[in-house]
Amino acid sequence: MRARRTDGIVRASGPGARLLRVLLFVVLGLFCLYYLFPLFVMVSTSVKSLAEIREGSFLALPRAISFEAWAKAWGSACVGVRCDGLQPYFMNSVMMAVPAVLLSTLLGALNGYALTKWRFPGADIVFALMLFGAFIPFQVVLLPMARTLGQLGLAGTVPGLILVHTVYGLAFTTLFFRNFFIGVSDGIVNAAKVDGAGFFGIFFRIVLPMSLPAIVVTVIWQFTQIWNDFLFGVSFTVGDSNPVTVALNNVVNTSTGVKEYNVDMAAAIIAGLPTLLVYVVAGAYFVRGLSAGAVKG
Amino acid sequence: MASGIRLDKVRKSFGGTEVIKGVDLEIEPGEFVVLVGPSGCGKSTLLNLIAGLETVTSGNVLIGGQNVNRVPPRDRDIAMVFQSYALYPTRTVRANITFGMETRRVPKDAQEAALADFAKLLQIDHLLDRKPGQLSGGQRQRVAMGRALVRQPAVFLFDEPLSNLDAKLRIEMRTEIKKLHQRLGKTVVYVTHDQIEAMTLATRIAVMDNGHIRQFADPATIYENPVDLFVAGFMGSPPMNMIPGRLFHENGQVFVLPRGARERIRFPLDGPAGQGEGLTDGREVVLGLRPETIFAAGAKLPGPNRYLFEAPVEVVEPTGPDTMLVFQIGGQDLVARVRPEDAATPGAAFRFEVDMGKAKLFDADTGRSL
Repeated sequence: MRARRTDGIVRASGPGARLLRVLLFVVLGLFCLYYLFPLFVMVSTSVKSLAEIREGSFLALPRAISFEAWAKAWGSACVGVRCDGLQPYFMNSVMMAVPAVLLSTLLGALNGYALTKWRFPGADIVFALMLFGAFIPFQVVLLPMARTLGQLGLAGTVPGLILVHTVYGLAFTTLFFRNFFIGVSDGIVNAAKVDGAGFFGIFFRIVLPMSLPAIVVTVIWQFTQIWNDFLFGVSFTVGDSNPVTVALNNVVNTSTGVKEYNVDMAAAIIAGLPTLLVYVVAGAYFVRGLSAGAVKG
Repeated sequence: MASGIRLDKVRKSFGGTEVIKGVDLEIEPGEFVVLVGPSGCGKSTLLNLIAGLETVTSGNVLIGGQNVNRVPPRDRDIAMVFQSYALYPTRTVRANITFGMETRRVPKDAQEAALADFAKLLQIDHLLDRKPGQLSGGQRQRVAMGRALVRQPAVFLFDEPLSNLDAKLRIEMRTEIKKLHQRLGKTVVYVTHDQIEAMTLATRIAVMDNGHIRQFADPATIYENPVDLFVAGFMGSPPMNMIPGRLFHENGQVFVLPRGARERIRFPLDGPAGQGEGLTDGREVVLGLRPETIFAAGAKLPGPNRYLFEAPVEVVEPTGPDTMLVFQIGGQDLVARVRPEDAATPGAAFRFEVDMGKAKLFDADTGRSL
């Protein structure tokens, strides 16, 4: 898809138009500052020393930059009674988010493919029911899910959390892929059938390679959801198997000792970095894929 | 090897609507059969039934004498070219063409040999490493053909393969498809809504309407002896002039009196059209006159079955080799195809001459040929 150029359009000129444009950019600039301000406070606080935070204004630029708070947040801050920093919990989140994202994306793609290209009686009803899953408040499923995990012997483990995120991610991933595949010509699937390929042959060799934009969108969406999840993490894991979001809460909400704002800020940024990174790396794809899905769906 | 195809009382319904309403068709090995009809007549569905992309509701589909009702598309020894080409966008031209052989586990060197042969035949050998998105419409069309040809199946199915091409390319590809058929001798079933494509390509044409085959015959028969008004009106461009009227006899001669004609115009049926049974006085009929059988009086040597009449010209449409003159009889627009040098100016009275030997006569109620 080639981006259409719009910068060649003839615009109104003259002092009135120029004034409006200046006004537009002033307003945009203000909004931008307002939006970025919390991030600035977080970053600057995280590189200040505790003494400087207590003395100075939280708006002031740091006098000396120190990464001590970052090192502490990563390696030695106390989460409950354990003082190894966020590191082990960060790894928990990675171990949980990566398989959960891949599984839910793959299964969502398979669902979307089956719902659009191998239509069966009642496919629309099945899809409607799956969509319903996207609107269920997760608090409702906590107790039944806890019981299910208990029966499966997965309670309080990272694999248990992977299962939960995969299951509840399916509604969204199926929706994304269904809307993408509905725009893919049936002729391509028919051609592959005549060419001798079967259900999975067509899926893996023809359809999946075509759906790169949908895959990128779904991966970003799922990664953000799963990485940032707190509710399932706090409900279905205990202590050592906590994801980083729960650990962050335990660092920040500790009621003992001195409040180390710089460590809290550094820990919060560390916990948020992976999703930020995914956005920056694949952001262009994200916007393109979302709008493509919107048009085709 | 080419296989014949037989359709035996084939019916197909989608939900409650019946799309194919009992079709019988027998296609000989090596034939080029064109299914032609207006959109929605069921021709593409019929092709999909032959391909196995749709399941028959009742009846039988036989390919090479074998009932294939329960045989999936890949085991029917067919290849298909789709209207939208349906090339695999993420694969190169080479991988597109060899995909069918890959799934069938054809040895690599055999694949390469077949690819080289057909790429050369279709003049796409310089495009093999490109993706479909980097090809023009005509090139995509060739790749789609290559993908179908390379497996050398017993039957080729074409679903409106030329309708996405521009006019000039369409005529070129039409000729190439005909050449390929003559060279390979495989059975072809070809769906189109373009009656000129049907006439030029087919060894036999099946004209479809509303889930039925109206007529199945060679192109000349379809054109010269259409069985009913639908076939007569569908084949030919511009279409056949249909003049509703009533029969009457005078001095042992049958005439058609056009309905609502103020002028003293009456068409004598002195050709084969007047030989039919039951041409009783007062019978409501439709007289069919092809535009090329109406021309300027004196433009050709008068033959035996000529009828002359005069009418004012309403519209003049030059096409280059011929000029279409639109005029009215009984309030109905009719078209005559005349030589450009005989063309008149709009509004002027014009003397037309009709070759009544080529006239067709249909029953007004049933539409059947008389």
